[in-house]
Amino acid sequence: MNVRAARLRLKTRAFTALAVLTSVGGNFSLSCGVRQAGRLVSLSPLPYVRALFNPWVALGVSLLIVWLLSYMTLLSWADLSYVLPVTSIGYVLSSLAGRVFLHEQISPWRWAGILCIVVGVTLVARTAPYRSGATP
Amino acid sequence: MKWLLVAVIVVATAVAELLQAIAMKRHGEVRDFRPGAIGRLVALLARNKYILISFGALAVSFFAFMALLSVADLSFAAPATAASYVLETVLAKYLLHEHVSPGRWAGASLVACGVAMLSL
Repeated sequence: MNVRAARLRLKTRAFTALAVLTSVGGNFSLSCGVRQAGRLVSLSPLPYVRALFNPWVALGVSLLIVWLLSYMTLLSWADLSYVLPVTSIGYVLSSLAGRVFLHEQISPWRWAGILCIVVGVTLVARTAPYRSGATP
Repeated sequence: MKWLLVAVIVVATAVAELLQAIAMKRHGEVRDFRPGAIGRLVALLARNKYILISFGALAVSFFAFMALLSVADLSFAAPATAASYVLETVLAKYLLHEHVSPGRWAGASLVACGVAMLSL
């Protein structure tokens, strides 16, 4: 593996980590904030605008903007068929965060699902992130 | 109604991510991460028609997901997102001409199964 490929692999790992952490953190604080803000089923935009002033919602939205930017940056050199499965490790982190912070139960089926995702992500992460032969 | 919403979510998500992938590949590898350069990148992307259409598709998928949650349980809604892993891998191969190796096929299928199982 030459220096350029090694550098790109490192950059891919860093941006994958950033995208995963911001999406998990963003969704988590968004759901905390929405619960505080109350029911959001409304045709008027006002309750949504008011919810934006909730600090948890604001933090969640900011994190999700960082997520979208880092995800798109990742797509500027890595294949979609690489980025898509690899970032799904976020589901695992969300489940574990639910267990640790919200004391949610994880059923045996969910543990099996978590195992499937981890094995799937490992398989995809072992492939080169960008199209073989093409210079990214 | 439920299945119609699932179809809308899966198709809209796939369209959004494909368009983002096309736009970012055309832009080329992002190398400059200084704040000014990131600002210029955002300004450039905000004028890109692929990105704008992809944001429209993302909005459709988001509101369809909210609508689905109001008529179905989360345990029905979550596996709907699992189907998009397989669909998008197929589209990445045929429309983006990505080289999808056996390892990637196996990985994407396992991830789809795993996401579906999370709802059980």
